Amino acid sequence: MDDSGKAYWSATLRLLGWIMAAWFAITFLGGIIFAPQLNSFHLGGYPLGFWIAQQGSIYAYIAMIFIYAKLMGNIDRRFDVHEK
Amino acid sequence: MDLQTTIYLFVGGSFALYIGIAIWARAGSTSDFYAAGGQVPPVMNGMATAADWMSAASFISMAGLIANMGYGGGLFLMGWTGGYVLLAMLLAPYLRKFGKFTVPQFIGDRFYSKSASTVAVVCLLTASLTYIIGQMTGVGVAFSRFLGVSSDTGIYVGQAIVFVYAVFGGMKGITYTQVAQYLVLISAYIIPAIFISLQLTGMPIPQLGLGSTMSGTDISLLARLDQVVTELGFGKYTTTTAGSTLNMFVYTMSLMIGTAGLPHVIMRFFTVPTVAAARSSAGWALVFIALLYTTAPAVAAMARYNLNATVTPGIKTNADLYLPASNLVYEERPDWMKRWEKTGLIKWQDKNADGRIQYYDDKSKNPEAKARAEAAGWKGNELTVNADIIVLANPEIALLPNWVIALVAAGGLAAALSTAAGLLMAISAAISHDLVKGVFMPNISEKQELLAGKISMAVAIVIAGYLGLNPPGFAAGTVALAFGIAASSLFPAIMMGIFSKKMNKEGAMAGMLAGLFVTLFYVFAHKGIFFIKGTEYLDLIGGANSFFGITPEAFGAVGALVNFIVAFLVDKVTKEPPAHIQAMVEAVRVPRGSKLVDGAH
Repeated sequence: MDDSGKAYWSATLRLLGWIMAAWFAITFLGGIIFAPQLNSFHLGGYPLGFWIAQQGSIYAYIAMIFIYAKLMGNIDRRFDVHEK
Repeated sequence: MDLQTTIYLFVGGSFALYIGIAIWARAGSTSDFYAAGGQVPPVMNGMATAADWMSAASFISMAGLIANMGYGGGLFLMGWTGGYVLLAMLLAPYLRKFGKFTVPQFIGDRFYSKSASTVAVVCLLTASLTYIIGQMTGVGVAFSRFLGVSSDTGIYVGQAIVFVYAVFGGMKGITYTQVAQYLVLISAYIIPAIFISLQLTGMPIPQLGLGSTMSGTDISLLARLDQVVTELGFGKYTTTTAGSTLNMFVYTMSLMIGTAGLPHVIMRFFTVPTVAAARSSAGWALVFIALLYTTAPAVAAMARYNLNATVTPGIKTNADLYLPASNLVYEERPDWMKRWEKTGLIKWQDKNADGRIQYYDDKSKNPEAKARAEAAGWKGNELTVNADIIVLANPEIALLPNWVIALVAAGGLAAALSTAAGLLMAISAAISHDLVKGVFMPNISEKQELLAGKISMAVAIVIAGYLGLNPPGFAAGTVALAFGIAASSLFPAIMMGIFSKKMNKEGAMAGMLAGLFVTLFYVFAHKGIFFIKGTEYLDLIGGANSFFGITPEAFGAVGALVNFIVAFLVDKVTKEPPAHIQAMVEAVRVPRGSKLVDGAH
């Protein structure tokens, strides 16, 4: 693989790393491990931990995919490997 | 018009619509049959993927399980949506660039071996068949209610309809049909939820209604539900976890990676025009899925409240629930209970012979509730309600108009049929294309290949229907097992095929087999060998959930870990893949040069 190819792949992996970190944090930290603590805060009638597990995480996943698709498109164009 | 006629009208009408579309868009070539010629735009593909994805498990079963589990039921919600993040980032764009239309084809080419592709076919068939058993359970529930027959007869009717339906068209027919099915199922899910949310909270949007206060009071719906269920000895709704925190963690993980590893979902991303479209398609699919998945928790909590308030009317008047007057007299039960009693999925047994229904947790760990039940002379819980009926019965419990009940019926069947059809496509593609044409008889004609595919569909339906008569669990639980199997076998192999240039065929095959074997061993110990009742071997593994309290449904994540470790170790001691394979992996990682899928090897 040439240098530009390597740089493209490491830029891709960096982006994946960030989004997976967010994915892990919202699901497993917010929705499961720290949910009991978060439940002492409220969002309307929702305890916060419960809300993350049953509502908030889903909205966050949608945002993550579209952010990923957008930023990945930018990386493709920066390295000139996008589809024409 | 009476209820039964309205139901026939709605179900019949929706079926006519799907079949009409299937005829209008009939598949011609093999490529059309399996991948719709690669011409489906992202939003449309997203909607069809959503219909494909949201099965009887999501539509009929999930909210019922959440209603029983409370907070812990969130694992289904997170697990079955969070997996799309993995799918969008780790698999979909690369598989689309690869440009073939089945998962075993990718495994076979990437790991330069027909044996690897055959192993993938075995994994795919195990996962898909288990999944269809869950669907048949759901179909059985739906048909038993609409036809007023036992759930076994419901399964026979369902088998016949699924068969006709799936053999009819291919992917192209199915893609457009599925768009129609999505529209039917999503309105069938959301409309009753809006009605019920309005009734209970005065807020029309269910997602907000669940966080609102009860109409006419200043207590929030969830807080009131917590009060009611704890008073009756059940676990607190907003905090009860699924087993343990560890179990909930691995269960969620297992469903997520299973989502990304399920062949009939992955296949969807072969049908988008470009790599960029594969990325956003996953996002669109999730938008359409989220409409149902964010409504489900509201349906669950509200159905739980309504069910309790129906059989324990004292809840509505804030009375002491242990007073006789707070419990419903059985003879005065509402019509919906009578209708569902015919299916055998709701049962009442008058243990204390007072003619009233006592519905509470008789195995409660809450000493106060226990003492009060004893003092009131209660002799045990008298009502059993199958979790799979909650969603279908929900509009009846809330006494909604007949057309809403009929719409839910049509929606439940749309959900079950669309997914069963998608799964059967994946099964028939795996057998006819990857196994028969790919391995045994490379020279068969396109026509013979299609025929082989249709025969495998028929066989799959019969097996699934048979096992669906004695299902290993509720629809959503059985489907969760299928996800565990996909998670432990296919996902790691595909992921390593893309993200590790050096992963070789020996590593991938050993990993898939190890992951599949470990998971099946643990699952079969609980559920019987090949899910046949009476062949469980729990003693051998030291009792139920013996591995750190992890339930069989949650075990897929452990299987996936085993898969990764075994693949890594075997890869280290065998020789690395040939140079042209490594070059191919590099090419797959770059979007430029993507072509439309083609069927040729």
